[in-house]
Amino acid sequence: MRLRLSAMLPLAATVLAVGMPALPAAAQDAGALRLKALAATCANCHGTQGRAVDGAAVPGLAGMPAAYMIEQVKAFKSGARPATVMHQLAKGYSDAQIEQVAAYFAAQKK
Amino acid sequence: MMHRRHLLQGSGAFGLLALAGCANIGSGPPSKARVLVVGGGYGGATAAKYVRLFSDQKIDVTLVEPNDAFVSCPVSNLVLGGSKTIADITTPYTALAKNHGVRVIKDTVASIDPVKKVAVLASGPTIAYDKLILSPGIDLMWDSIAGSRAANSEGRVLQAWKAGPETVALRRQLEAMPDGGVYAITIPEAPYRCPPGPYERACQVASYFKAAKPRSKVLILDANQDVTSKGPLFKKVWAEQYKGIVEYRGQHKATAVDAKTGTIKFEIQDDVKADVLNVLPTMRAGQIAVQTGLANANARWCNVNYLNFESTAAKDIHVLGDSIQIAPGMPKSGHMANSHAKVVAAAIVAELAGWEVNPAPMLTNTCYSFTDARNVIHVASVHEYVAAEKTFKTVAGSGGVSAGPTEQEGAYAWNWARTIWADTLI
Repeated sequence: MRLRLSAMLPLAATVLAVGMPALPAAAQDAGALRLKALAATCANCHGTQGRAVDGAAVPGLAGMPAAYMIEQVKAFKSGARPATVMHQLAKGYSDAQIEQVAAYFAAQKK
Repeated sequence: MMHRRHLLQGSGAFGLLALAGCANIGSGPPSKARVLVVGGGYGGATAAKYVRLFSDQKIDVTLVEPNDAFVSCPVSNLVLGGSKTIADITTPYTALAKNHGVRVIKDTVASIDPVKKVAVLASGPTIAYDKLILSPGIDLMWDSIAGSRAANSEGRVLQAWKAGPETVALRRQLEAMPDGGVYAITIPEAPYRCPPGPYERACQVASYFKAAKPRSKVLILDANQDVTSKGPLFKKVWAEQYKGIVEYRGQHKATAVDAKTGTIKFEIQDDVKADVLNVLPTMRAGQIAVQTGLANANARWCNVNYLNFESTAAKDIHVLGDSIQIAPGMPKSGHMANSHAKVVAAAIVAELAGWEVNPAPMLTNTCYSFTDARNVIHVASVHEYVAAEKTFKTVAGSGGVSAGPTEQEGAYAWNWARTIWADTLI
């Protein structure tokens, strides 16, 4: 999944939808939207766009280095890192999804 | 590529409208796409915010909600236990407008015309929409228990299942009850809003009794065969922490109440008398969904296409939260409604932009239950859309429950509440 985070440009989107090549610097594309929605499944507990509430008991994810986040979530998934909930949630995501979500949060402002 | 064909199958003539609307995105009203959200709970408020976020603020969003502020159902049992106040669990709607540009209208939708694609407000005005997001929560079917409607409207028998004034009133009834009294809660057959909620409530009331009125009793009268959520965990807490206070009785389907004598009648079992009666009647989709003809599952819940939560009864109306006919393993919870909302928001932004809707959406759920003022247990799950079966299923191997109540989870539970309120409303 390629990330193109820029403004929505609907005519370009229409063209994209019928299979033409992407226009540069134009649209937030469908892939970026899907990635935002996937990452938003973390927001209930870690904050919108990964920005934790003040005094949070869990880490904010915005700006977290991708390699670190991937390592930690995979450790939750394998059971190597103990947890109350995250070991159960991490098992619901594929390694590819974990890597995509980590890349998304690494690119977010803290 | 199948994008266009898929889109047109999914939304028919709307494709043309959407393109017309989108062609002008960025050039301002009046030709912007218009999304109307009805109901500002965990589902609707989240959907309103995330349509704005996911569209980079390009899509107009109006939210119609009758209340001034959001009162959380999750953690509202702590108000009954006495460790939190109603103010602690209340968040105003103001930030949705200020931070995200959602137009918030304090009103109720009186009717919806799915053909003309307009909603009529109780105060009179009509609002046209390109996409309607309906998140009306639950309707309590008082007629399922004889005498309960009148007893509730007189304030004698409370539900407190829609958090707010009744939550405060029920706490007052508990405070007024003499030591040695009995609090009874009746639970309807599943599915109902918040599967573990009644059992958490029993813990909270028992926690209060144990400290303040130790000769009092909590009676759980459950229409279901057995505890429907976190059963072994709750039963252990009742047996150990609330021994002699909490009594659980399964297969007790309430059929009638008499508020004057404090009597509950059941389909089969003997009558029960109590000092404080907390009656949860059978539930169904919110009234506006029912009257719009969307409750096409057993005349109670709304069938949706789980890929975008569009009603199977009306095009361009997306239903989410507690009102829907649930997929296997999907609870009616605030967290789940917030999760639905993000899938709906992404699908609507994609449809309005002329993109293929995400073929593989994901949902999560985490439900925390306070067993006293500080200790908590949870159930968690992850759900993926399974295209072959056109439904969500829990991801194999994911999810689970706590080993037992801990203060650490108590801290996480309160953190969860503060964070999801912000994610939904701020």
